[in-house]
Amino acid sequence: MSDPIINPATPEACFGKEAVTAALADHAAIQGLADLIVDAKWDRKELTLTVAPETIVAACKAAQAASYVFFEDVTAVDWYPAEPRFQLSYSLLSYKLKQRIRVVARLNEGQSIASVTGVWPSANFYEREVFDLFGVPFTGHPGLTRIMMPENWEGHPLRKDYPVEGYR
Amino acid sequence: MSPIEQLDEITAEDMLIPGVEDVVRESTSHHRPEGSDPVSESTMILNMGPQHPSTHGVLRLVLEIDGETIVSLAPDIGYLHTGIEKTCEAKFYNQVTPMTDRIDYLCPMTNNTAYALAVEKLLELEVPERAQYIRVLFNELTRIQSHLVWLGTHAMDIGALTVFLYCFREREALLRIFEAVSGQRMMTSYVRIGGVALEMPSGMIKDIRAFLADFPSKIAEYEGLLNNNPIWKSRLQGVGKLTAEQAIALGVSGPPMRASGIDFDVRRDMPYSGYEKFKFNVPVSNGCDVWARYLVRMDEMRESVKICLQALDGMPEGRIVADAPKIILPDREQMKTQMESLIHHFKIVTEGFAVPAGEATSSVEAPHGMMNYYVVSDGTTKPYRVHMRNADFANLQALETMCKGQLIADVVAVIGSIDVVLGAIDR
Repeated sequence: MSDPIINPATPEACFGKEAVTAALADHAAIQGLADLIVDAKWDRKELTLTVAPETIVAACKAAQAASYVFFEDVTAVDWYPAEPRFQLSYSLLSYKLKQRIRVVARLNEGQSIASVTGVWPSANFYEREVFDLFGVPFTGHPGLTRIMMPENWEGHPLRKDYPVEGYR
Repeated sequence: MSPIEQLDEITAEDMLIPGVEDVVRESTSHHRPEGSDPVSESTMILNMGPQHPSTHGVLRLVLEIDGETIVSLAPDIGYLHTGIEKTCEAKFYNQVTPMTDRIDYLCPMTNNTAYALAVEKLLELEVPERAQYIRVLFNELTRIQSHLVWLGTHAMDIGALTVFLYCFREREALLRIFEAVSGQRMMTSYVRIGGVALEMPSGMIKDIRAFLADFPSKIAEYEGLLNNNPIWKSRLQGVGKLTAEQAIALGVSGPPMRASGIDFDVRRDMPYSGYEKFKFNVPVSNGCDVWARYLVRMDEMRESVKICLQALDGMPEGRIVADAPKIILPDREQMKTQMESLIHHFKIVTEGFAVPAGEATSSVEAPHGMMNYYVVSDGTTKPYRVHMRNADFANLQALETMCKGQLIADVVAVIGSIDVVLGAIDR
């Protein structure tokens, strides 16, 4: 399997599922996630694979089987007022291939997503952080409580409609 | 009647209220058979921190203990949460650099580098080789500095007070070097987008070389104080076990991961900032305990000295910032003599510079483990989202696994061995 970063045949950037799967056909993550991918991006030598939020646990298990065994983090980006509002970015690392991929799921406000703590216990704190600061609920999380802000805090500070200086 | 006879008359039974005997007896039975379920009636909750000296900041641990044995442990964090990620979204790209210093305040240069690398990836900016070498040099000096704080405080928690003073003596020399190069001892903001802030002052290299020549003998001095110290050995060996599988499952990275037998180092395996040009070993141990983490970090300091020497020997001449006048602040001399530079300076300071839309992750091997910066741009002059992945946050999750079934005193040793900095955890 050739390294897409070193391989000179790899294009600089390509967007869309068809283009990326054609350009990086032998990439372990693309082979592993195959049917789950709804959109893909190869930009600045980083591979981003978008999956449907319902399939996130299946996608993580598939990535884990494709040697991406280390869960780095999950964080969210709030694209308010666009819909779907939240972009969850899961960063996964393969020790064997020395590669990193980003798995993305897009959610509307109020929509919940399954927790991946069953796949990687290390997702625990990161999912609590996203829940605390963005208000994205994770189903099946062992203890979904606020982690940074006090328990009685109102609002979710990293949302774009939350003022930087806080509510006065 | 003598006082001794008086005491003899009151028996143990007299001092207990009826019905309490059973509880007392159970709670004092420290030695439960291994693997047995915790007896909930016999456990108690103990608060450790947030103002405990061995928690290295404001970390609160809620311990469930059976006698002196840890049954469960829950870290409570957020006391130092300052909303740095939110503040970054309201600043120009250049203005974020000083914010990054304050996240992991023991390795500001590493934070600066990780942020600069992510933004440079978005800008597709080439950094000159000299700047890359300076970055490597100061990243490694920062690693030594951070490990010195770790060793000093870790040894102090265990009770070896002398080591702390020795470590801070060497750290002082390093902080003087940082001050000479950046004007600041700790909040350096030295590594900037596109290169480094300033050229090293003359005589600087001589100071660094003098430090590096001297430092290996200092490591031997610390080891002389600790390696054969029976208290140090018995407090560290076999304590805080973490297997390789557990380390991966719990997201542990950096020295604790390598002390569990996983041979992975971002500097060697996914090189950044020209690390591929340097020759060094990655210390790995299969010990999986606090002692192994100690050995790995001590070896890492020796390897850092090697890398620093290579960086000094191979330091090329040339620019220290990329050639991108619309992004990098002009030289002071140019700004005062050339109209164009003055305009660039004015625009960068008042409006910032636009960064092409997209997202980028940079990853560096920080002293505490893998540090990632995830920067999202929407094409404007302010970052749309900045997220920092600090190793400390994930490493803290492994604390319960490492401490379960051990004594309260071991928690202190284990916290020291994962080297947490609460600024990096709470952000």
